[in-house]
Amino acid sequence: MTTIENSLFDIRHMDTLASGHSRLHKIDPRAKLITTMIFICMVVSLGKYDISRMMPFVIYPLAMIIAADLPVLYLFKKILVVAPFAILVGMFNPLMDTQPLVQIGGFSISGGWISFVSILLRFGLTVSAALILICLTGFNGVCLALEKLKVPGPFVIQLLFLYRYLFVLIEEASRMIRARSLRAFDSKGLPFSVFVRLLGQLLLRTLDRAQRIHLAMCCRGFDGHIRISRPMIFGYREIRFTFSWSLFFVLARCYHLPMKIGSVIEGYFL
Amino acid sequence: MSHHIVQADNLHHTYSDGTVGINDISFKITHGESVALVGANGAGKSTLLLHLNGCLMATEGEIRIGDYPLNKINLKAVRRSVGMVFQDPDDQLFMPTVFDDIAFGPINLGLPDDQVAQRVADALETVGAPHLIHRQSYRLSGGEKRAVAIATILATSPDILVLDEPTANLDPVSRRRLIKLLKTFKHTKIIATHDLDMALDVCERTIVMHKGKITADRPTQDIFSDDDLLVRSGLERPLRMQGFQMIPLKKIKCP
Repeated sequence: MTTIENSLFDIRHMDTLASGHSRLHKIDPRAKLITTMIFICMVVSLGKYDISRMMPFVIYPLAMIIAADLPVLYLFKKILVVAPFAILVGMFNPLMDTQPLVQIGGFSISGGWISFVSILLRFGLTVSAALILICLTGFNGVCLALEKLKVPGPFVIQLLFLYRYLFVLIEEASRMIRARSLRAFDSKGLPFSVFVRLLGQLLLRTLDRAQRIHLAMCCRGFDGHIRISRPMIFGYREIRFTFSWSLFFVLARCYHLPMKIGSVIEGYFL
Repeated sequence: MSHHIVQADNLHHTYSDGTVGINDISFKITHGESVALVGANGAGKSTLLLHLNGCLMATEGEIRIGDYPLNKINLKAVRRSVGMVFQDPDDQLFMPTVFDDIAFGPINLGLPDDQVAQRVADALETVGAPHLIHRQSYRLSGGEKRAVAIATILATSPDILVLDEPTANLDPVSRRRLIKLLKTFKHTKIIATHDLDMALDVCERTIVMHKGKITADRPTQDIFSDDDLLVRSGLERPLRMQGFQMIPLKKIKCP
């Protein structure tokens, strides 16, 4: 149960980070959202053996972390939490693809291992970019940006409500688990049968609450559309931010920047 | 001022599972009145409140807000004039920040942005919480949530305020502050509550409900002095009035 509550505080910490006052925090959420989307698209679209071409992309998360003074360790832990999914996706690559691809000294590395590392790298880059976006903008900021970018309303409402009631749901669940554990004197852990019943109970409570929330919304004139009054300015600063980073991502995607830089340096010195 | 009147005529409501929520309820509440709705758990208070702005529709009988009967056609107009504060502020505060929450109603009324901002500021000022404007709703304390929940309703400038258990789960200071606040409102107020001392402070009239029916509708002071009625309705005197009962200690023989 403490882990549930801890994760709650952990999410709240992200909101605290998002209320910072660095220059990056002040940039319009739309600019950060678009930039992150382009970043993710470019990283994901790289070939499965293109590890070296992924290197320039590391600059973006690093630059954001340094400029906004985000806690590296915290972000790293968050990435580790979801890492098993990426490992699961790529873990069979070394077994399936055994053709040697790279020779380093006496060792030959198979294509499977290269693609496995590339999956992990891609995962690290994209997840860190998404986390940085949330840490700089806040989840609600991202939702507002989505709404302003004309993403369909129901989708945005779902996300907004998901985040708003996540806390209420976790608190409710932790209260139920606490109540149960205080009366389950000698049993260890949560037996599956009890877990299922708790989950069912939680679902029923959630449905009741959803009904009450809907009533509260209807009482204040809800007609199926959520309108948010929040001035957002997509000015020169936002255009510069989005354009320059996107240009960099596109260049890094289309050209092999490390090789280009290497050949320029080589040509200069040799 | 006639649209501040709330009138119920022979109101019945039976839930779809056959449970009778309210049965033959009739009353008339006039402009500026402050009425407490008291009764034991399951007496039908919340069911009745939900009828006042069309969240539930009566199976029989009629409810009139102002000059109009409440039906699906004038539901929107009725909801504009009847503001309802729910028991659990978490149900009421569904938007990410306090500003968004209070602005929700005025925006839906179609007000321009500058007026919305003004309404939000005024509503927060009234409940004494202007500093909360940019806070996230889920991070507020119980008392703050309650104040903001009331502000969300005030921002839509209703004529009639309907409050369900406004003092529930509040600490003594927040409760006292809320009572003071409620006393300043000039609206017609209908307050369902178990906090009988609050009813004594805020409401000059009390409606007692028991098993879906109205058992008494009289001045508050009068109701809370009627021990027979209170016992029959599953209630007891407010704490403050219990003291008077305990005065005849002379009857107790001391050694």
